[in-house]
Amino acid sequence: MSLDVNGTTIEVDENGYLLSLEDWSEEVAGKLAEDEEIEMNDQHWEIVNFLRDYYQEFQIAPAVKVLTKAIAKKNDIHKKEASVFLYELFPNGPGLQACKIAGLPKPTGCV
Amino acid sequence: MSTNPPKIAELKAEYENAPSLLKGDSSAKEWLDIPVEFRDGNWCHAAKPEVIENLGFNNPRKWSPDDPDWQLEEGWQQIVLAGMKERLGQFRSFKLFMDICVRCGACSDKCHFFLGTGDPKNMPVVRAELLRSVYRHEFTWSGKLLKGLVGARPLTEEVLKEWFMYFHQCTECRRCSVFCPFGIDTAEVTLVGRELLNLAGANINWITKPVSDCSRTGNHLGIEPHTFKSVVESLVEDIEDQTGITVNPTFNRKGAEILFITPSGDVFGDPGIYTMMGYLMLFEHIGLDYTLSTYASEGGNFGYFTSNQTAKKLNAKMYHEAERLGVKWILGGECGHMWRVVHQYMDTMNGPADFMEEPVSPITGTKFRNATSTKMVHIAEFTADLIHQNKLKLDPRRNDHLKTTFHDSCNIARGMGMMEEPRYVLRNVCNSFNEMPEHTIREETFCCGSGSGLNTDEYMDIRMRGGFPRANAVKHVKDKFDVNALVAICAIDRASLPPLMNYWNPGVQVYGLHELVGNALVMDGEEERSEDLREDDMLEIETESPVQEDDA
Repeated sequence: MSLDVNGTTIEVDENGYLLSLEDWSEEVAGKLAEDEEIEMNDQHWEIVNFLRDYYQEFQIAPAVKVLTKAIAKKNDIHKKEASVFLYELFPNGPGLQACKIAGLPKPTGCV
Repeated sequence: MSTNPPKIAELKAEYENAPSLLKGDSSAKEWLDIPVEFRDGNWCHAAKPEVIENLGFNNPRKWSPDDPDWQLEEGWQQIVLAGMKERLGQFRSFKLFMDICVRCGACSDKCHFFLGTGDPKNMPVVRAELLRSVYRHEFTWSGKLLKGLVGARPLTEEVLKEWFMYFHQCTECRRCSVFCPFGIDTAEVTLVGRELLNLAGANINWITKPVSDCSRTGNHLGIEPHTFKSVVESLVEDIEDQTGITVNPTFNRKGAEILFITPSGDVFGDPGIYTMMGYLMLFEHIGLDYTLSTYASEGGNFGYFTSNQTAKKLNAKMYHEAERLGVKWILGGECGHMWRVVHQYMDTMNGPADFMEEPVSPITGTKFRNATSTKMVHIAEFTADLIHQNKLKLDPRRNDHLKTTFHDSCNIARGMGMMEEPRYVLRNVCNSFNEMPEHTIREETFCCGSGSGLNTDEYMDIRMRGGFPRANAVKHVKDKFDVNALVAICAIDRASLPPLMNYWNPGVQVYGLHELVGNALVMDGEEERSEDLREDDMLEIETESPVQEDDA
């Protein structure tokens, strides 16, 4: 399976996740977001950039609990509010949608 | 492909309108003549080629189970049949289970996948027959001579597809085995079936990827050592925020008395991560001399869902790490299939672990004689003993916002026979515990529908059907006792029961046992708590707990 981004073919897996992290660009993210029916604004980008930075350091997407805490801290809000905020931005779950847009692979196992 | 399962109303209409064995309708066709049909939602994605290469398995390629051509290797039948022959020689149980079934049918309506789909090939007897038919054809005189007359058939691509479909519609839960008058363990038939599928290069990604990641990092999720440490440290911070207590876990510490190993889902997944907080709080409270390992960072063993060899390989790190760190014994967390491997295989696969001692609780002095050979103790036994010996201060009212029921994890109940200990702990940490009906619990427990490495999103259709008997039993206690908390001691349960509950019983949340222990545990010097570990409000506790008064 693949994505067409401005004439370039980008390979994705059956669930639509990028096969190679290096294929990621803002344009690719835009296209992935479009497929998820998400219109990216600054807040979305902030989350996506956080995920990419986290992945650079830790080689896996953050646990939802870790992500929620980080976003709460960043925006100086309660964790419950941060969770609502994340779900408003990514209605099908920040773990799935935001990670996909950020180009991260989907973790597999007892999750 | 769509990963959304049909709506409940659609399932109901399907059941009412189409003929089903569940209603006593029988098909005009023999099961052998019904071809396997791959449709959205009834198959798992194929293993990615790089995963298969990493594992050194046969025939890495890009393919999909719904492709008409599976791109099997030249001579794949010979490879599979040689594999079958080898296993018949190696495992007497397998040979016995191929020979002794009399097709009495006692198992036929005991399988959650049969009850959820009505598919005759999900009757355990027929599922095993998919393999027996080939066994007879190749390895028995009657089959060689009389062929179809004795239910024998050659191994064809169609047969392989059928194996792929139905050995992945068995969660190796062994409920059927409880009812077999011959003691046939159908899980072992599925285990061999999956080994043979692996030889043919017909593997699924949701199982092989964790096996590959675990081989590389020590855990299924592929959590690197620094990440593992960072997540646990984040939980330490959360515990401090909520209780004012600083817990002090250590990592890879040589000379610790005990090595604690739990599924990696507990340091990553929601809600397992709250169970992890519970463990950390408990260990701090009792002053346990323990260490976590960033290498033996997985209790689970998806190798067990792949082959005997991969199970052995992934299991080996437990003893390796215990020996390297010089611990006296191993304490194991809330996991399902890990305990079948530990309880029934580890000692002979990777033991004897003579470098360790017979486990003794450093807090109570209790000897865990049942773990004399494996040197590994289940956390529910360990905690039950602490409670029994009065070593914990517990305020069960802190779980009064929860009306609980308990899901026996298949591998804990049937794989190691542990029924009472988790119930004893649960009764002591909450005031409302309501059993699901007889025949759906303990050794007759119904599977979550997603065990044995099938908890992947694209399989949601089959998972929701297969999980129906379990969900239906939960519905019973939800309707009768307002149950809103399903407690389970398995990481696959904690991952797979939330979508099952959202589908069949919205409003029921899934909890780990030690999350509830963490809620109820009154730690020395802690701050007053009004929220549980997932930061949901507790019910107001009107009078000060007598335990807390003593403490103050």
